[in-house]
Order: sequence, then structure tokens, then C-alpha cells
Amino acid sequence: MAQITIDKLGKVYTGGTHAVEDINIDIADGEFIVLVGPSGCGKSTLLRMVAGLESITEGTVSIGGRVVNDVEPAERDIAMVFQNYALYPHMTVRQNLAYGLKNRGTSKPEIERRVAEAAEILQIGAFLDRKPRALSGGQRQRVAMGRAIVREPAAFLFDEPLSNLDAKLRITMRLEIKELQKRLGTTSIYVTHDQLEAMTLADRLVVLNKGRVEQIGSPLEVYRKPASAFVAGFIGSPAMNLIQARAVPHLPGTGHAGLIGIRPEDLHPATDGQIEMKVDAVEELGATRLVHGNIGGENVTVTLPADADLPESLRLAVAPGALHLFHAETGARIA
Amino acid sequence: MVENRPFLNFLAHLVLILGVVVVALPVWIALVASTRASNDFLQGVVPMWFGTHGPENYARMLGQGISTSGMPPVGWMMVNSLIMALGISFGKIAISITSAFAIVYFRFPFRMVAFWIIFATLMLPVEVRIVPTFKVVADLGMLNSYPGLIIPLIASATATFLFRQVFLTMPDELTEAARIDGAGPMKFFRDILLPLSRTNIAALFVIMFIYGWNQYLWPLLITTGSDMYTVVAGIKRMTTVADTDPQWNYIMATAVMAMLPPLLVVIFMQRLFVKGLVETEK
Amino acid sequence: MKRALFHNKFLPWLLLAPQLIVTAIFFLWPAAQAIRQSFLREDAFGLRSQFVGLANYRALWGSSEYLNSFKVTLIFTVSVTVLTMVFALLMAVAVDRLVRSEKVYTTLLIWPYAVAPAVAGVLWWFIFNPSIGILPYVLSQIGISFNWIYDKTDAMIFVVIASAWSRISYSFLFFVAGLQSIPGSLREAAAIDGAGPVKRFFTITLPLLSPTTFFLLVVNLVYAMFETFAVIDATTLGGPAQSTNILVYKVYQDGFVGQNLGSSAAQSVVLMVIVIALTVIQFRFIEKRVAY
Repeated sequence: MAQITIDKLGKVYTGGTHAVEDINIDIADGEFIVLVGPSGCGKSTLLRMVAGLESITEGTVSIGGRVVNDVEPAERDIAMVFQNYALYPHMTVRQNLAYGLKNRGTSKPEIERRVAEAAEILQIGAFLDRKPRALSGGQRQRVAMGRAIVREPAAFLFDEPLSNLDAKLRITMRLEIKELQKRLGTTSIYVTHDQLEAMTLADRLVVLNKGRVEQIGSPLEVYRKPASAFVAGFIGSPAMNLIQARAVPHLPGTGHAGLIGIRPEDLHPATDGQIEMKVDAVEELGATRLVHGNIGGENVTVTLPADADLPESLRLAVAPGALHLFHAETGARIA
Repeated sequence: MVENRPFLNFLAHLVLILGVVVVALPVWIALVASTRASNDFLQGVVPMWFGTHGPENYARMLGQGISTSGMPPVGWMMVNSLIMALGISFGKIAISITSAFAIVYFRFPFRMVAFWIIFATLMLPVEVRIVPTFKVVADLGMLNSYPGLIIPLIASATATFLFRQVFLTMPDELTEAARIDGAGPMKFFRDILLPLSRTNIAALFVIMFIYGWNQYLWPLLITTGSDMYTVVAGIKRMTTVADTDPQWNYIMATAVMAMLPPLLVVIFMQRLFVKGLVETEK
Repeated sequence: MKRALFHNKFLPWLLLAPQLIVTAIFFLWPAAQAIRQSFLREDAFGLRSQFVGLANYRALWGSSEYLNSFKVTLIFTVSVTVLTMVFALLMAVAVDRLVRSEKVYTTLLIWPYAVAPAVAGVLWWFIFNPSIGILPYVLSQIGISFNWIYDKTDAMIFVVIASAWSRISYSFLFFVAGLQSIPGSLREAAAIDGAGPVKRFFTITLPLLSPTTFFLLVVNLVYAMFETFAVIDATTLGGPAQSTNILVYKVYQDGFVGQNLGSSAAQSVVLMVIVIALTVIQFRFIEKRVAY
């Protein structure tokens, strides 16, 4: 168990381009942190720098109070779960779990005890003597987790561990990971590009874009008060509508420069609504329907109840306090 | 096949059967000759059917050889061949796999120079640098010795490239998982890389064994004493014995024994053999 | 390119050391010696040598024996390559047609690879033996006299057959693999377009097989030029009257038997240039084929 401090961390490639830049995150003991962002935002690089698989060119990473910049991955007291699981194909599940412990000189009975314990927790006891290729995707995923658990590390690092699973299994495993982490209380850093996965798992989210931190906060904070237009557009599904303020000149309190953000579920049909939207297309989701249309030349999506009427044009009102305002150039939150 | 044409299928069988007969003819004749008595070859044409002297011909060649020609028994030459073939196969695999490991998994100054030096061996077959190579081996006192038979032949660009290819396709995550699991480079090499390359190693071994066993020019040159003769090089010495009439039955028995080990390897390890051949692509 | 690397200054050199040392001592040093030697001439006792510039090379170009060896090599190499490849392609096409018995025929056709070229030479030597060999006997029955000990053409035919025989399985395997990699749908499409089996072979199969064919062409040329030493040495010894004295055999004869080191070295250098050229062609081509 340990806290992890990431201080002014940066990675510069020899060409001079920054993969990540000026990252500051204080991770409390036992906290579940999710790094989320689009592909190429630097989230995996950041995780790999914490793991020691990628060298650090600026700033420091400390685990449990110790700066680990120059410490080998094996000595950082971390365990990692990889996207493709990276199980050793020629070893049985048992050997896969034991390998890291054996290399550390853990005693035989202790290895056996920990493997049995992990197998019990993850319910993989039945196939301890099978090779990875004889397992299903979900089972492999569990073994990969098991390999992390047996080590009893200070921190778990997850690199998109669910993205190779089908959608249904992903949701089950998501829950299991969450429960497991709560139960073990191990500090965890989890990388994903899936904002829904990020929201459901995280104690705190770190939203990254182009190698920089856009916002750090609890899932609800980030959802309710996105710190930038980027975060606003990235977190939440369907995505928040971001429209030029001048497209809706009669909306009060917005000013004329800047971006207005309205979540699709915050727009309601109202006979006296101040906004008029021309309907272009409709997607039925069952309980709700997504209505795509056009407001003052901007594309906008609205979530409506499934039984609502669908005229060719809708009059809409905005829920009170549901307007987000961002700076036109920097994208930073104004109000 | 696209459409069913019995005549074409028949033609295909005919062509193949003729092909198999042509390919098998020399070995058939050798097998037959190896079972005949010496005086069956004095006149007329080679016999086409087996005689009754097979066991005695083989036993004699294996155990004694043709003593008058100063040749060692074939059994002994086969032991030499086996040592040479195994030495070359193991040697090539060992030094190639470590070279490939260094080139793929490390970055160091002059890495590409090392790569090109290894590549150069491809362009310098022993046949074209035979005289100076002989001199080097002679100067090192390695003539007529097992190291002399083996070591000059174990450098291999082909095998190094093969392993390089194999290593390049290993997922990076496996290496990273091993690093996090506390495995250093040599531990990773032994625990992960070697076991995962074992079919490639086996396939290469099959090809290199045949290559080593079938060496001719090199053993012919550097084995100056009959105790070091290998069977493939020895058989030629048997044919050039000043005797007016070659002892065909004995020569052919030796030829059969000389081709038997690699033949068994190809037939019983056909899958590995084909894999090795295609992977090494020369 | 690997992302996951190890960091160590000495270990990679330690790992490379055996290969590099063997290469330096037994490959590079002798090759350098051959180049040096090719510019020198030794006296009759091998005691002293003097720099003679390109004299050894000029002597080669003026030697009718050497030029003859070039011509012999050309005829020999092309004949072996063509004979091997035509035979192998014929077998491969036939095997490709027969799905069920493919494995049996394949096994029956690949084993000559295991037979050492030297042993193959001895086997064919027996078959072509002028006094008791089966082939001269059969040929004499139909009125053809075949005696490679005296006849230059017969000798060439003899070594070409012996050399090609050793090489059939290799080409065969690659042709089979090449044929199997041609999608069946292409031939089906051609059949629907009305092309018969023969037409299909020449307009679809053969063009699509061309990468394999070209690869085999280069590899077989290299084989015929350099690895047939054993066949020649086990059979004709380059005779009669130099008619089968190919370049690699002549290097050996002049260097070991004739002890003419300067000339042998110059011949080595010429051969090296040929191998390097062929290797470059081969690798260029393989690179392209990856993209194919």
C-alpha cells in the first residue's frame, strides 16, 4: 500500500516532441485513479513511466515516498495488467502466477499460499494447470489479474485491460475489478480510452489531452463541471453539445464570444422555449430517443423521452444552471 | 480443383509416378548393388534386383571397411560425421540465437556494424575462400581435429536472421511483463525466449544437421588422417582407390549408410524439415 | 522495431562475441587474404612474394583455360537451374491438382534433399558408368553411345543430371507452397470466364507464381555455381579435357593441386564479386516480395 506522487513529470523524445508534459497528480493510498483520454493523449506513456517501462526525462515519480525514476520496474513494487494480458504462453497458469515471486526468491510454501489465495479470489482454481491458449478471453483476463494480485504490490497498474473483451464481458469484469480493488485496498492506476469505463471505475479521473492534464476530479465533478471544452466533449455520452455563443444570441447570460456547452439531456421541449431546432434525424434507443438537429447552423443532439412527439422543428428550453461556458480560444471554463 | 477432369487427374498421377521413379532410381540401384557379391559387377550391366550378400556387405563395411585402401570402418566414419553434424548444428544455433538476442533486444554503438559483419558471411561461401581459410585453420593447429571440422562452419547469417525474425514477432508486452516480474535479460532469454522459440530451434536443427552431415569439401581438405574421415568425404576416397575395379557392392553399401541418417531425419521430421527449409530460405 | 529493450553495455557484445570472432577469423580474414594474395606472385618455393598489381587478373583474362571455365560454368549453371525448375514445377503442378494423395507424393519427392551432393555424384557415377552402368547400356540398345570419360558433351549431361537431381526437392517444395498460396477463387473466376486448364496455367498460375520462380532462379543459380563442387569432385574431376571444370572447382584445383596461389586468389575474388552480386539481387527481391 502506498501513495504515488507524480511531480512535474514530462517525457521528451529525442526529436524534441513532448509525449507528456507537466503532469502533477497526488494519488492517495488505496485510491483508484483512471487516466482517460483519446488515443495518442499520452495516457499509456504516463502509466508506463510509472511502471518504469518508459524512461523519465522531466520531473519525478515517487511510490511510497521513494523517488523511483532510476529504479528498475521489478523493484518499484508495482504490478501491471496488460491489454493483451502478456501471459507467458509456454507456462501453465500456476507457473505464470508464480514466475514473479520465484524471481524474487519467495519461499515455495509462500508462493503456493499466495497462488491458492489469488486463485480463490478470482475463481481460477479449476484451470491452474492449463496453458493460457486453452483459456477463454475472460479467463485469461483473470489470470492476468491474478499475476498482479499474488505479488501483493504497493500499486496495480492497468493498461486498457478490458479492451480485448466483448462488450458484455467488459461490463462484468469492470464491476469485478472495482470490487476487487475496494477489497484489497491497493492503490491503482487504470488507463482507458472508454469514458464510461472511466466514470464507473474511478475514485478520481485524470482527463488527458495532447500530453497534458485537462482536469482531475471525481467522476461527478468532471461530469458536472468540466474544466474545459475538451473535457466537456469527451466525458458523457451522448457527448455534450458545444455551440458558438453567437448561434443563440437570445440565450441570456452567455455573451457573444465563447462556446456554450449543453448536455443533450439538459434540453427540454417547451412551448415557450427560446431555442428553435430543425430536426434532421432520430435514433431510437428504446427508453429514450436521440434527436439530431440544427440550431443556428450548429449541429445539436437532444435526448428526449421515447414517447415525445416529433414535429419537424422543436422548441427547446434549457434546464436552469445547465449551461457551461468556455473560452473560445483556450477552451477553458468561464462559467 | 476447379472442375473435375478425370483425364487430367490421371495425367497428374502418371507424371508424379514417373517423377518418383526417376527420383528414386539412383537409390534403388545403390540398394540393389549393396546386396550383391563383388563379382556380380565384372561384366554386363548392373543387376536390378537384390542379391543375398546384403548383411555381410553392410557388416563388413561397418566393422572393418576396405582395409587395403587404408580406409577406416564406415561405422567409425559415421561417428565422425555424427560428431561433426551435431557440433555444427548446436554451434550454429547457439551462436546465432545469442547474436540475434543481442541485436534485437539491445541498443548499443556499432550495432549495425555487427549486423553487417554477420551478413557478410552470406556472401563468402567456403568454396570461394578455400585456400586462405585452409591456411588459417592450419596455422591455428586445427587440422585433423573435431574443432577444425566444426568451428569454421558455425558462423551463420541465415540462422541469425531467422532468430531475429522470430524475436521481432514476440510481443513487447511479454518482455515488459517479464521485466516487471523481475527477470533480467539472461533470465528472460532462458525462461521466456528459448522456450518460445523451441519449434524454430528444432526446425533449424533439422536443416543444420543435414547441412553438417553432408559437408564434403571442408572435411576432405582438413582431415589428413584416416581416423578423422567423415563418411560423405570418405566415400569419394573409396572410389578413387587405385584399384582397377571399384568394389561396387561395398561402395554402394557405404553410400546407403552415408545417406541414411539425414534421410531418416527428413522422413520422420518432415513437418519440421519443411518449416526449417521455408523459414531459412537459403 | 522493439519497444521493450534491455539496457546493458557489455552483455550484447558478450552475446555477439562467438559469432563475430568466428566470422572474423574464418570468413573476413581469409577473404582479405585472398584479396591481398590476388595482387601478389609467389616464387616457386613459396618463400617470397612480390606485388604484381593486376597481373594475376590480366593473366586470367588472357587464359583460354579460365575463359573456357567461365563458359562451362555458364552452360552448367543454366542447364542445372532450368532442368531442376522445370522438373520441380511439373511435379508441383501435378501434386497441387491431387488434394488427397498430395502428402504421399510430397514425401516421395522431397527426400533427395537429404542426400549429400557428393553421394548423389557417386550414385549417378554408378548409373552412368561406361562399362556396367544401366543408362549407357539402355542407350546402346537404341544405338546411342554414351561415354562421359571420353565425350565432353556426355560428361556435361552427366554432371548436370547429377547436380539437378540433388536440388529437385528444394524447388519442388517452394513451388508447392507458391501454388497453394494462389487463391482458388482466382482460378475459379478464370474457369467461369471460360479459360481451360492449360490456358489457366499460363495466364493465371504462372504469372502469380513469378515471385517464387524468381526467388528459386536466383537461389538455384547460386547452388549450381557454388555448391556443386562435391558433385564434380566425386565424378568427373573437371574432365575430360576441362569440359566440366566449373569456376569453383578450378579455384580449388589451381590453389591446392596446382599450388598457383596468386591465380587461385584472383579467381576467388572474381567469385566473391559474383556471389555478392547474386546475394544483393536476392535480398533486394525478398524485400520487395514482403510488400507484394
